Amino acid sequence: MPVAQDADPLLAGERAERRRDTRTLDAVLLFVGLVALWQVGSVVLGREALPSPVATVGKLTAIMSDEDFPRHAWETARAFLTALLISLIAGLVIGLALGAHRLSGEVTEPILAALYSIPKITLYPVILLLFGLGISAKIAFGVIHGIIPVILFTMNAVRNIRAVYLRSARAMRLTLAQTATTIVIPAALPEIVSGFRVGFALTLLGTLIGEMFASQRGVGYMLVKAMETGDTATVMSLALLLVVLATAASAALLALDRRLRRYALP
Amino acid sequence: MNRASLIRIALLFGALAVLEWACRYGYVSREAVIPPTTMLQGAWRALALEETRAEILWTLENVAISLILSVVVGSAAGLLLHRGARLRRALDPLLASYYAVPTFVFYPLFIVLFGLNRWPLIAIGFLFAVVAVIINTLDGLARIPRSFTRTAAVMRLTPAQYALHIILPAAAPWLFTGVKFAVAYSFIGVIAGEFVVSGAGMGHAIAFAYNSFDNRMMYGLIVLLFATVGSINMLLWMWERRLYARRAGR
Repeated sequence: MPVAQDADPLLAGERAERRRDTRTLDAVLLFVGLVALWQVGSVVLGREALPSPVATVGKLTAIMSDEDFPRHAWETARAFLTALLISLIAGLVIGLALGAHRLSGEVTEPILAALYSIPKITLYPVILLLFGLGISAKIAFGVIHGIIPVILFTMNAVRNIRAVYLRSARAMRLTLAQTATTIVIPAALPEIVSGFRVGFALTLLGTLIGEMFASQRGVGYMLVKAMETGDTATVMSLALLLVVLATAASAALLALDRRLRRYALP
Repeated sequence: MNRASLIRIALLFGALAVLEWACRYGYVSREAVIPPTTMLQGAWRALALEETRAEILWTLENVAISLILSVVVGSAAGLLLHRGARLRRALDPLLASYYAVPTFVFYPLFIVLFGLNRWPLIAIGFLFAVVAVIINTLDGLARIPRSFTRTAAVMRLTPAQYALHIILPAAAPWLFTGVKFAVAYSFIGVIAGEFVVSGAGMGHAIAFAYNSFDNRMMYGLIVLLFATVGSINMLLWMWERRLYARRAGR
């Protein structure tokens, strides 16, 4: 084990740099590999079944420069952002309350875990009957998917806060609001961000599913229409758009998550 | 039974009673929500019908195939990735953001690949479930203490013995979590597929009942589905508790 060598800061820095280089190389190799796999799949299955990467990107730019597209994109963005805001804020508040009050947490945790694992898509008729067609049904669909992981992660984070912190809060006679903002949220922040990451992904999924059934507008609607008419080129380009956006957002949140964990006190 | 469980049961029955009362006295539109007792009647009717029983069975078979495939492939892939550290590092960001991608958009592709039968549904369930198994397998393998692997080397265990006596018991909690996720995600993937395009299965039956304004059948089927998923999860949860109880120091 060459542990002693790391004591030399110059050498350690150089090694870290080399590690970063191989990592970038690996990421590029992986990307190239995936695109090559896609291209091979397109050749084997035929262009009708799986359009090639180049054709998909071309189709995507065509769709995005269409005059109808901004309307659809804005509709989806509005529904998604509203649902995300509700999921995060309500989930955070409920999670904090359930984490702080042990008995309520114990009572509700199995219920929430059960709700998390059921296929919520079956509730779409119920949501439609309650909210009607339109943006509120989509938002409701996004929220029921996204809020539960935020609650569960926040609740567990609050429960795992070291008792010393809470005792010092009591010793300093902090009010409930002060304890929440200066002790509980900073201490639980890494887990809360993890919860936000999962909540983000599932809210997007829920909003899109809602749009596929309960709307005449939005990216989900474009997707379901293309699916019905067997327009694989449109399906693949919209899928590519969603994959890129979702992966980018998730990667940004992941980077934030890692940074918070590194600086978090043990 | 402890206090939390008692309160939980009281809470659930209370909520059902309030819903029943609100529906019966017209505080909630009968067209939107029907009383829970009527939902149960609907569930009973659905179970009594030969054709709905066939739909339910079809869905359960699809979920079972997807579950088995995802657990087998997922743990094998996890083992391989654990060995190949470089590939694992490259794949890490993809694995971490995998669930942000709405997998079901690839459904049309699978229809072209497999034809209009059960396999596109199973493929969606599998894609949804397999990554959870991979992630949890990797987590479990990473947490096997170094001293265990060294002891295995000292005792000159064969790879099979090593897998059976070291890996499996040491990584069991994570592997089990992977299986639990695989169950939930297989159900979600298969049912979602049935909703979107399929012409058979429970998801299709629920959508069909909704479209023909048969609220009783629709809620009955939803109750049946949730009861099935709920009891499977409950059984897994109890089994997991027993596994943990046997592990010393946990």
